[in-house]
Parts: sequence; C-alpha cells; structure tokens
Amino acid sequence: MGLPLSHPLSHGGRHVPCRGGAGMRLPPHAFLASTAGAWLLALVCTFWSAPAFAQMGEPPFNHFMQFEELEYGFNDRDNPLSWDSTAWFGGDWNRVWLKVEGEAATVDPEVEGEAQLLYSRLIAPFWEFQVGVRGDLVAAEGQSTEGRGHLVFGVEGLAPYWFEVEPAVFISHRGDVSFRLRATYDLYITQRLIAHPSFETNIAVQTVPEFGVGAGFNDIDLGLRLGYQIAREFAPYIGVSWNQAFAETADLRRAAGRTASDLQGVAGLRFWF
Amino acid sequence: MSRSHDNHDRRGLTRRGFLANTGRATAAVLLGRFVTGCATTGVLAAPRRRLSVVDGRTIDLHIAETRLAVAGQSAVATTINGGIPGPEIRLREGQDVTLRVSNALDEDTSIHWHGLLVPPGMDGVPGVSFPGIPPATTFEYRFPVRQSGTYWYHSHSGFQEQTGIYGPIVIEPREPEPYNYQREFTIVLSDWTFENPHRVLANLKRYGGYYNFQRRTLANLADEPPGALANRFSWARMRMDATDIADVTGATYTFLMNGLSPDENWRGVFEPGERLRLRFINASAATYFDVRIPGLPMQVIQADGMPVVPVETDEFRLAIAETLDVLVEPTGAAHTIFAEAMDRSGHARGTLATDPHATAPVPGRRPRPLLTMADMGMDHSNMQGMDNGGAAGGDHGPAHQNTPSEEHSGMSGMDHSHASGMDEMAAACSENLDVVARHDGDGHGAGNAMVAETARSRISEPGVGLGQDGWRVLTYSQLRRATPGEDSQPVTRTIELHLTGNMERYMWSFDGEQYHRDMPDIVLHYGERVRFVLINDTMMAHPIHLHGMFFELDVGACERNPLKHTVNVQPAERTSFVVTAQEVGRWAFHCHILYHMEAGMFRVVEVRV
Ligand SMILES: [Cu+2]
Repeated sequence: MGLPLSHPLSHGGRHVPCRGGAGMRLPPHAFLASTAGAWLLALVCTFWSAPAFAQMGEPPFNHFMQFEELEYGFNDRDNPLSWDSTAWFGGDWNRVWLKVEGEAATVDPEVEGEAQLLYSRLIAPFWEFQVGVRGDLVAAEGQSTEGRGHLVFGVEGLAPYWFEVEPAVFISHRGDVSFRLRATYDLYITQRLIAHPSFETNIAVQTVPEFGVGAGFNDIDLGLRLGYQIAREFAPYIGVSWNQAFAETADLRRAAGRTASDLQGVAGLRFWF
Repeated sequence: MSRSHDNHDRRGLTRRGFLANTGRATAAVLLGRFVTGCATTGVLAAPRRRLSVVDGRTIDLHIAETRLAVAGQSAVATTINGGIPGPEIRLREGQDVTLRVSNALDEDTSIHWHGLLVPPGMDGVPGVSFPGIPPATTFEYRFPVRQSGTYWYHSHSGFQEQTGIYGPIVIEPREPEPYNYQREFTIVLSDWTFENPHRVLANLKRYGGYYNFQRRTLANLADEPPGALANRFSWARMRMDATDIADVTGATYTFLMNGLSPDENWRGVFEPGERLRLRFINASAATYFDVRIPGLPMQVIQADGMPVVPVETDEFRLAIAETLDVLVEPTGAAHTIFAEAMDRSGHARGTLATDPHATAPVPGRRPRPLLTMADMGMDHSNMQGMDNGGAAGGDHGPAHQNTPSEEHSGMSGMDHSHASGMDEMAAACSENLDVVARHDGDGHGAGNAMVAETARSRISEPGVGLGQDGWRVLTYSQLRRATPGEDSQPVTRTIELHLTGNMERYMWSFDGEQYHRDMPDIVLHYGERVRFVLINDTMMAHPIHLHGMFFELDVGACERNPLKHTVNVQPAERTSFVVTAQEVGRWAFHCHILYHMEAGMFRVVEVRV
C-alpha cells in the first residue's frame, strides 16, 4: 500500500525510545492521511468488485473488509486512538490480504502503525497460509521517522474449540527475526452480546532499539471487549486491554520513561462490509 | 373412484390483484444494508389470493422484473407473468406442449421443468442443456408430456429462483386416478428475502453463521439438559456448530405459502364434507419445511409426482424441490396448514376453511433442534449396534471401498457387490440398508471440513427436530411405489459420491471439488443401470436432484422402491438409488439448496449412447 510502516505494535504499549539519526521526517498527520488513503483504496476496491459475482462453474470472487478494532483508549498517559483492520479480496482458495493496524496518541502528535500485504492460500479446511510483506512506521512531531520492512510468513485460521489463531514469522530487511502469535475468541453471551477476548505475544531474536524491541520474549497483550451486534456487521464495544513488557523490552520502555505495564479502558466500534 | 376437479374454481381467476397502497414513506434506504425490508412508498400490486392458471397446447410465460408487495412491503422481484409464484401450468398427460418463455430482464434467464421427462435441449439449464435465454428474446420449449403428477418449474440462472421465478406444474393423468377427492389445492412453499441474494451469498462466504441467531450462548446454557457443556465442548473441538441447521434463515427470510406471508394467510375454501387433495411443492431456495395440519391426518398418495402406496401421517418434512400430494378430510370449519422452517426460525402458514374469513389457531413453533453426534457420523455405540444388527461384518460390499482416485473421478466403475448374508431376493435389487460406510483416509482436501467417520442409511429417521412430538412423521422408508417397477435389469455399476463442504468458507462440493466449467461429466451408458451411493460427509442435509430421469430410491423394497427426482440426504447419511440410464443427454445433478449449488455442489451426468 505504499506505506512505510510501524512496529510490533502492542496496544497500549506504544513507545519508541531512542530515535537516532536524521532520517526522513514524515509528519504524523501525513502518516495518518496515508493510512486513511489505504483504507479508502480498499474501500474503492470493495465497491468496485461488488458486482463481480461469478456465474456458477466459474471461480467466485469476493471481498471482505473489517475493522476488528477502531477504538479510543483511556489511560493516564496519551489516550490513544487505535485501529486494527483487515481486508481480503479473492476467491475460495486464493486471496490477497491487507492488514493495517496502528495507534495515534491523542495528546502528542505521535503515530505508529504497520501494514501487511499478503498472498493467502487455503491449505487445510480451517487454515490459510499467508506470505507477503509488512512495513512498520513510527512518526512523531519533530523527530525522524523510523521505518522498516519485513517478509511475512504466517498461517491464519481456526483452531479446535473455535479459537481464531494467527501465528506469523517476520524477517526484517536488516535480518531481524521476530515472531508473533495472536489468538481471539468470540464468546456469545446472547445472540448479539458477544465477549471478545484476545491474546497477543511477540518474541524477537535480535534487539531493535529504534522500535523498542528487546531480544527474547517481548510482551503479552490481553484484551477483553464486550460488543453488541446491532447488525452482524456493526458492533459498538467497550473493554479493557492490558500490555505487559518483559525482559529487555521492558528495560527499553523504562529507559524511554515509560512503564513496562499498561492498562487501559477502551471504547470502540467493530464493523465490516 | 369418482372425482371432480375444481378447475372451474381455479380458472378464469387470473385477474390482477388490486392495487394497494402500502403508504408510509420511509427514509431508511441508507440503513437498508443493515435493516432489511424497509417499506418504501408506492402503489403496489397486492399479491394474488389465488394462483393463476395457464393451460393448453401453447403457453406464454413472460419473465420480467416487477415491483410488487411481499408480506405487505415493497419488493423488486423477477416474476413469471407478473406474480409470485408464477402461474400454475396445467397440462394433460399425452399432450404436446409449447411453452414460449420471453425474457424482459436485462440478463439471461432460463426455465427448468423440475421433474419433467423432456428432451435434453428442453431441460433449461444454461451451459448444460442449452445456452440460456438472452434478454429481449423468446425461447420456445416444446415437448410431449409423458407423465402426470405434481411438479414445478424454476429459473436455473443465477439467483432468479430466489427472487421469484418459480411456479407449479400440475399434469392430469390420462387414466383416472384411484383417489377420491372433490377439490384440490396446489400449495407452493417458498422463501423470500428483501436482500439481494448475491449479498446473501457474500455474507455467507464471509461468515457462515451470518444468519444464525439461534446459536448456543452462555445465556441459553441453562435451558439445555445436564451434560450440555460437555456436548458443547465436543462440538467446539470439531469446530462445528450444532445449531447450524440452515444457512439462510428467518433472520432474512419471509416464508410464503402461494406467495402469501403468514399474516396474509393463504386460504383454501372448501364445502363441508369434501375430501381435498393438497399438492405440496417446496419451491424454496434454501428452506426445508416441516408441514402439518394440526388435528388432520394426511394420506400421502404421491411423492415427487409419482404415485405411492397410500400412507397416513401427521407431519412430513419436505426437502427443497420435493413435491408431495396428500388427501385430507377436514373435520372442522377451519384448519391451519403449518409449515415450519426446519431450523424453526420462521414458518409459512395458510388455512383450509369452509368460510373465506375463518381462521384456525396457529401453533407455536417448536424450539430449534440441535444436531447430534450421529449427524457428525460419530455415534459409535449406535454404529456398533448397526454393525451387529446387519449381516456379516467385515466386507460389506457397498461400503466405502474404492480408492480416493476412483472416487474423485466420480465415474469410474466399481463392482457392484451386495451386502452379504442378506435375503437373496432383497440383495438382488435392494441393498442391505444396515450397511455402515466407514470413511477411508481421504478427507477430500481443504474444500471439505468434516468427514463422517461412519455413514449409514437414515431413511427411517424423520430428521433433526422431528419425531418427538407424539405424532407420526413420514419417513422415506414408508414410501412404496404404487405400481411395482418392471425394470429387472441387473445393476452393473456403483458410483460413489461424497457430499462435502467447508462451512467456514461456504464452499460446497462433491468429493471436495467444487464444480467448474471444465469438470468432466459423470458418464453413464445408455440402458445401463447404475447405483449411485451418496455419502454425506457434512453436517447439513442436502436435497440432491437429478435432472432428466427418475431414480429408484433404495428403501429396501426392491421393485417397490419409490421413484424420485430429489432425495434428501441427511447429515452423515449413506443413501443409495438406482438410475436406469434411459434418457440420452447431459443432465444437471446438484444440491437444490440454491446457495450450495452456486458454491459448487453441482455435477453433470451424461448419458451416452
Ligand atoms: Cu447442499
């Protein structure tokens, strides 16, 4: 999507400690604008492809675009606005995925985010294999913008007991290797009131200080969001999210004047079309 | 033996409905995506209270987009001669008929005569039997009418069947029938959505449970019997949903009886003392109906247009595309015809009454059923029992024996071997119904999410959610052909096909392979008798329809096996039927859940000379 992009984001754990060098300077609002541009493009693709339904016997073409999270966080620091969105285009077997997520502080002009563009292939009834690129970006007013690119190899699918699981390995353009695991679950309390627990953890092989990443076990992110499906496609929610950094990652955070642990309340909207 | 038709009652009444003003402007257009069925202002044709009738040697059917009222709300439908359903086509066995179908849509259309024995070029499946009917053209279907009974017709193009292109066909027999009734009613059951069916399919592709608002939740855990939690865990472990009874539900559907919603209440008016023949047709795109007339037993006389030995019942499940004729003898002044959707998410309803304004109580819908482990093919204890009950263990011939490659070709021959140890007479023409098919290692690839470890005949089971109410429910095992079949040629080949699907991605198929244009046909040779074994690996029931020929559904009754054009295959069921390949041509063979067919559960059977 042409975006330079951001870092292993963990909701609420946004911090970029030491930014050195005189890199490109991308004002946060420009970054936000380009993110919005990416969504807009996906949106256009969505509507453009809407009538492209195949006749029987021809491969189907479909699309899906979802903001799993679009939320405002309440904490004692920066009250971030964050987004986690995915889109796919394609048939039953082969799809192109776009995953965009990020976070912008509402008190400081600071933004960070990432985008992944992936080819995805159905390899088992509940699993697709995904391969592609990811770009990260961190931008703050008055500081140089940091970016990095990765190769992505991952799978996404449904584990027994209905856990949506998304493990992925990332290899950055500088050779840094990291691993991320995400799992979410839809717990139906009623037909429309749905609790949405989520889990994420990041592990890195190398230290990447510009992105606040320490070698080893980085962090754990736990969320619990309670949404009400006014329609299948449209669910406002409230919840909490908690991020805990460990080991070297925690040290990097503390060195940057942050805490290793971050708890915030969230309110947002989950929607798709 | 005497009867008089009620045709005078039915003819000449094709008048257009009155114009009715549904009033009420609404600005909810923008919300239309989320809130379906917003009424819009307009002067609309009210639905007809009666089916119109067309007959004769030449019949004109005009297909067009029409704005009309469905359940009192404005709808844009594709219609035949302006209404939903289309007119009743009334034919006589032995006549020749010309049906001129003109297309005023801006896309191709087609009409398929469901259950009729017609030359292949007249069967009306675009891409299989003819090219389709382009916009602004008229296609003439011509064929001799070789049979009698209750059938129906529908578009075989895109989703036009969902949006209104369907109607009944009634063919009078050449010889009088041995039934005693004074009046008849054709009852077309169907489902209507105000959503664009393309969107319905897209929704299902994104989220298979989109229309299921009857799932198991924390809140309804308490309503379930002890042990429910463990049961939930075992379903969750399989990533299957025990409430996935129907894909498209009352959440979007309005269920119709002869085009009328439950509130509009279709009425059939009769004179006291009359016996009635009811011709039920399930013309739904995706809804199985459980039909009963509380307080009135029904005598089943024909199934899929073919006479059966009369059997009395209180309720029957009508799979999509099936027809069933029953006789009833009303005892009261009004009786409700109640047709519940299989998943209990809604119902269609009508009234039989001696007074055009009378109504009868409408029963409540039963709670939505849950699939059981047997529907997953995992009921080992039961299987064990079946094994022991059946003859000789070990090598049950028709069980799943062929190699995966044979299976995927879908047409390679396999020796027809009979279950051993059974009565020789039975073995010669019917299979041992106790056969338990054990699945081999082939999971049919990523297009198939579940494999029933074991599949067995379920023809004597009424189906999920039925049979626990203290009244009789019809099963296939009760159907017997009225006149014994004469075809005594041996069955020479077995073709085994697995019904497969992946609910998460809404992919449906045979043997894990979704239909595509260059898929090879399943080839039969003219005159041969072939046994088709269908093994349902999925947890959903599928109504499987063969065009062009009737098949003998094996209910273990040999020459009395009923003739059908559509068979409902229950979850984890092994069903078999025999086809005599007597109609040369290419014939569609598919699941009649419209969305399953569109998603790939379709093949072509070709009879070659
Ligand atoms: Cu099906």
